[in-house]
Amino acid sequence: MAKHPTPLLDQLESGPWPSFVADLKIGAENRHKNEKGLELQIPEDVIDDLLGVLELSFKDGTTHWKHGGIVGVFGYGGGVIGRYCDQPEMFPGVAHFHTMRLNQPSGLYYTAEYLEQLCDLWDFRGSGLTNMHGSTGDIVWLGTRTEQLEEIFYELTHTYNQDLGGSGSNLRTPACCLGMSRCEFACFDAQKMCTDFTNEYQDMLHRPQFPYKFKFKFDACPNGCVAALARSDFSIVGTWKDDIQIDQEAVAAYVGGEFAPNAGAHAGRDWGKFDIQAEVIDRCPTGCMSYEGGKLTIDNKECYRCMHCINVMPRALRPGKEKGASILVGAKAPILDGAQLSSLLVPFIPAEEPFDEIKEVVENIWDWWMEEGKNRERLGETMKRLGFQKMLDACGMEADARHVQEPRTNPYIFWKEDEVPGGWDRDVEEFRKHHQR
Amino acid sequence: MPSVEFQGKNFDIDEDGFLQRFEDWCPEWVDYVKDSEGIKDLTDEHNKVIEFLQDYYKKNGIAPMVRILSKVTGYKLKHIYELFPSGPGKGACKMAGLPKPTGCV
Repeated sequence: MAKHPTPLLDQLESGPWPSFVADLKIGAENRHKNEKGLELQIPEDVIDDLLGVLELSFKDGTTHWKHGGIVGVFGYGGGVIGRYCDQPEMFPGVAHFHTMRLNQPSGLYYTAEYLEQLCDLWDFRGSGLTNMHGSTGDIVWLGTRTEQLEEIFYELTHTYNQDLGGSGSNLRTPACCLGMSRCEFACFDAQKMCTDFTNEYQDMLHRPQFPYKFKFKFDACPNGCVAALARSDFSIVGTWKDDIQIDQEAVAAYVGGEFAPNAGAHAGRDWGKFDIQAEVIDRCPTGCMSYEGGKLTIDNKECYRCMHCINVMPRALRPGKEKGASILVGAKAPILDGAQLSSLLVPFIPAEEPFDEIKEVVENIWDWWMEEGKNRERLGETMKRLGFQKMLDACGMEADARHVQEPRTNPYIFWKEDEVPGGWDRDVEEFRKHHQR
Repeated sequence: MPSVEFQGKNFDIDEDGFLQRFEDWCPEWVDYVKDSEGIKDLTDEHNKVIEFLQDYYKKNGIAPMVRILSKVTGYKLKHIYELFPSGPGKGACKMAGLPKPTGCV
């Protein structure tokens, strides 16, 4: 028998999609049964009370978590999101309901053994509820009490060789697409770079020292499977420099219907026979492709590397061989001064271990932003306030046509004094000699 | 609102052990908090950090950014963590009696 009636939540057990309510109820039941005989370190009815407080929120349409919460483990300034229920008498099981962030493996590959070990620990010292994974990438452990934090951290680090993720005004947990592990589009080893950067910048991740949060994300090609361009202050996106590799025989197989376009991604509907002209040539954003006499040609000088043709005919077209990455910076959500996608900073940079070229850019930007950034100002906002040129200067880079989508339309152009003959010191009397008042 | 008594003084605190009112701060508070913040003995360096945080808060109404705390005290972040194991926010600000840090922490 459930501890709290949940008529509203019960409705979410119907329908075909996996129901979080059904899962929560199974979790609650399992805690009561406790078949492994665990000495549960937080209330047995934590999940019942979570359902109860959620039902109450459904009923009155408002949250029942208190504002904020500052808890953590010694040595770190982040990693745990403290949370307290605002009805602790009614729902004592979730009076404390802190979230712990665990740094996930790049690409989210696991073994059952590892996940089971983590689950054993979390069942014992936490609620048993998780979020796989948080938007930034962390394994998220939902709900434990303050006294358990150091206990869990000790066990994680000593037994499982597993660290916490980031939170606060620091480097958040980096994330990547699954890259070369199982994608023929990958232009660099996104997982390796993600792991390398995570290890290199541990201090920035665990001890907040920035004006505000800062995120890395690594996409191995412009398809953006980890959405680096939209969800990271420093977005690394794989690309190539030379020609797209064409296999004409495979092109013929697409035209002949032996290979399904987009690897069969649109098989759920009849779109007619594959038409290379309509679906590839005419859709190329730069119009740099042609298909004549059964031969596909690409004017690679005019190619944006948008991925469309490669996405449509993955067995016939491949990224070039001279691979690397672009760096884009400044993406952020709307608060405070509006949403931003990242802006192109470095069109092409080598992306091979030990990634020194990219790290140099990172560290130049940090030096600048840590000094100039205002309290709680994202990098994208610092760029807006001080200007893109200032960031180029900080990185020691020359401006390039590729830095803009279009040149400015307003004429409010600043010049440096030393660029202007005669400088800024002028004598009005001198001017009056030629121009009467 | 929970309250604690220590060496004859009463302190109103929140769940995270932060003082509810900055005006309630007194040297006994520091003595009371230090154990739970992993600090054995208070040194002049601890006091320097605490005093600066309080001065800054009184003048500006907010806690200083980490960078400013480092610059003024001359202590690198690493050293601040050596002094206050749970860091400048949870450790030093709590001991100095400043309000609990907020935002996306």
